[in-house]
Amino acid sequence: MNAPATPALAFPEGVRFPALRREWRYASWVVRLSALCLLFFYALAVVSPFFAPYDPTFQNRTMPDCPPMGLHVAAPGEWSQGFLFAYPMRMIDPIERHFAPDLSRRLYIRILSRGHLFTTDSPRDPFYLMGSDALGRDLFSRIVYGARVSMFVGLIGVAISFSLGITVGALSGYVGGLVDNLIMRWSEIEMSLPSFYFLLALAAIIPPGLSTVITFFLIVAIMSFISWAGFARIIRGMAASVRGLPYVQAVQALGGSRWRIIRRHIIPSVMGYAIVAATLSIPGFILGESALSLLGLGIQEPASSWGNLLAAAEDVQNLRHYPWILIPGIFIFLAVMSFNFLGDHLRDRLDPSNAG
Amino acid sequence: MVRFLVRRLLNMIPLLLGITLLSFLVMSLAPGDFLSTLKMNPQISPLVIKQMEAEFGLNQPLMVRYFRWLWSVLHLDLGFSLAYHVKVTSLIGSRAFNTVILSASAMLFSWVLAIPIGIVVAVNQDSVWDRILSFLAFFGMSVPNFFLAFLMMYFALQTGWFPIGGTYSVDYATLDFWGRVADRTNHLILPVFVLGVAGMAGLMRLMRSQILEIKNSDFVRTARAKGLSERVVIYKHVLRNALNPFVTMAGYSLGDLLGGAALVEAVMNLQGLGLLLLDAVRALDIYLVMGSVLMGTVLLLLGNLLADVALVAVDPRVDFSSAGSQ
Repeated sequence: MNAPATPALAFPEGVRFPALRREWRYASWVVRLSALCLLFFYALAVVSPFFAPYDPTFQNRTMPDCPPMGLHVAAPGEWSQGFLFAYPMRMIDPIERHFAPDLSRRLYIRILSRGHLFTTDSPRDPFYLMGSDALGRDLFSRIVYGARVSMFVGLIGVAISFSLGITVGALSGYVGGLVDNLIMRWSEIEMSLPSFYFLLALAAIIPPGLSTVITFFLIVAIMSFISWAGFARIIRGMAASVRGLPYVQAVQALGGSRWRIIRRHIIPSVMGYAIVAATLSIPGFILGESALSLLGLGIQEPASSWGNLLAAAEDVQNLRHYPWILIPGIFIFLAVMSFNFLGDHLRDRLDPSNAG
Repeated sequence: MVRFLVRRLLNMIPLLLGITLLSFLVMSLAPGDFLSTLKMNPQISPLVIKQMEAEFGLNQPLMVRYFRWLWSVLHLDLGFSLAYHVKVTSLIGSRAFNTVILSASAMLFSWVLAIPIGIVVAVNQDSVWDRILSFLAFFGMSVPNFFLAFLMMYFALQTGWFPIGGTYSVDYATLDFWGRVADRTNHLILPVFVLGVAGMAGLMRLMRSQILEIKNSDFVRTARAKGLSERVVIYKHVLRNALNPFVTMAGYSLGDLLGGAALVEAVMNLQGLGLLLLDAVRALDIYLVMGSVLMGTVLLLLGNLLADVALVAVDPRVDFSSAGSQ
C-alpha cells in the first residue's frame, strides 16, 4: 500500500514552512507589527489576570463613567514611593458625572505587584487607564478579559469550519456523485442566504441565562455552521482539479485507497490555499461575535467581550459624554487589521498562484 | 435572454423553500415563544392565551404551521406580526424600501470612488499615491462598520453637521415632496459613507490587481503597438476587461452589504429591514422574522440576478446560456 514516489510530488512548488526566523526577515514592517499586535492580544487573553489591574466585575460605585487618567513619571527623588503616578479623580458633579483630577494627592502605580502587571494599592482608589463604565468597573480590565472571547472566537471558529470544510470539500471533490451534489446544493443555499440575517435568527436559539462558556461555544458553532460550506465549495473545486493530475492517478494505479489519497495527497495540495483562507476568515468570526454581542444576542453581562463593551455606546448620551467607551472598538479594529495584513502576506508566501 | 431570466427565477424557488424551511426550524428551536412573556403576566387569563394560541396557530405541529405559512405566502400574505398586531406585509414594505435605498446608495458610492481610484493607482503602480491609497484601503477594509458608525455618530454629535441617527426628522410629515427627499438624503449621508467605505476598499484593491494583470497582456501590447494613445488603451481595452470580475465580485458582496446595512441600521437607528428583523428576533415574533428573512433573501437573489445581467452587458464573452450555471 505504500506509494514511495508520491509524497514529494504532493506539494505544489512553493508550499513550504521555513523557519520562523527566515519568515521574519521576509516580512515587511507592517506584517511584523501585525504579528506583534496579535501576539500581544493573545497574551492578554491567555494571562488576563496578570494584565488586568483589577477584577473586571468589581464595581466602584463612587466612580461611574470616570474618564481615562493620565500617567505621570515621578521625579527621581520620589522613586522610593513609586516610579509612575496619576492624579486621582474626584467627582465634582454627580448629576453630569463630571470628574476632575485631584492635584493635591498622588496615586502611585505599583508595577509587578500582587500578580498584576500594574495596579494600585486598592481597587477603591483605582487608576483607570481607559476610564470606567457606568457601574464604575475598570474598562481596561474588562477589555483584557474580553480578549478571551474576542481573540479565541476566531481561532476556534476557524478550526471547526475549516476542518469540516477541508474534509468535506476534499471528499466531495474527489468522490463526486451524490455527496458532491448535496454539498453543492447546500452551499448554494448558503451563498444566497443573507448570512447576517440568518445569524441573527440563529442567535435567537441561544437561551438566556446560560454560562458564558456555553454561550461562547454556541456562538462559535452557529458561525461555523454558516461559514463552512462556502469554504468546502472552493476546496472541492481545487480537489476536483487535482483529481485528474498524473500523480493522483499514479497512486491509484499503485493501489492507494480513496481515503489515503484524500488524506495524503488531496488535502496537502490544497493546504497552502487553506491556510491563507483561514487567516483571512478569522476577522469574519471576530466581527460576527462582536456584532452579535453588541446587539445583545451574544455574550451577556457581566462577562465581557469587545463587542458587548461597545453596546454602551448605543446610547447617544453615553457616546456624547463618555467617548472612551469606544476604546474596545479600537481593539477590534486592530485585531481585524492585523489578521488582514498577515493573511495578505501569507497569500504572497504560500499561494503564489493568487499573487496579484 | 427571456429563457435565461425564466430559468434563474425558477432556480430561486427551491432556494427560497430551503431557506424558509431552515429559518422556520431555527425559530422553533428558540426557547419559548412570543406568548411565554404574556403567560407570565397574571393579568392575562389562561383562556385568552389559549385563544391567541389558536388564533396564531402556535399549538399546531411545526410542519403544519410551516405549510400554512407557505400557503398564505403564495397568496402574498406574510402572516400577522404578534408584537405589532398588524400584517407583516404592511411593516416590511417601507422597511425594505429604506434598506434598498441605503444599500444601493452605498454601492453607488463605493463604485463611483473605487473604479477611478483603482485605475489611477494601478496606472501609477508603486508611486507614493499607490502606496498611501493601498494602505488606506487596508484601513477601510479592516474598520468594523459598526465601529465606524459609532465614530460617525460621535462626529455628528460633536460637530452638529449631521442628524444623529434616525431615518427622518420630527417634522417630516409637514414637509413637501422635495423637502422630504432632502431630509432623507441628509439622514442618509453618514450611513452611506459608513457602509460604502468597506466595500470601496475591497473593490479598489480588486480593480487595481485586475488592471495590473491585464496591463501586461498581449492584446494590450498590440493596442499600444498600433499607436493608440495611452488613454484609449486604458479606457477601451484594459478597463473593459477588468470590469468582469469586478461585477462578479460586486454581485457576491451584496450579502455582506445587506448584513452591514443591518448593523448600521441598528447603530444609527435607521428604520430598515435589518432593524426590523433584530426587533422581531428579540421579541420571538416568528412571522415577522420569517417575513424579514424571506424579504432579505429575495432582495439578495434579485441583486445577484441584476449582477449577472450586468456581467453580460460589460463582457461580450459571457452569454446568457452560460451565465449563472457554474
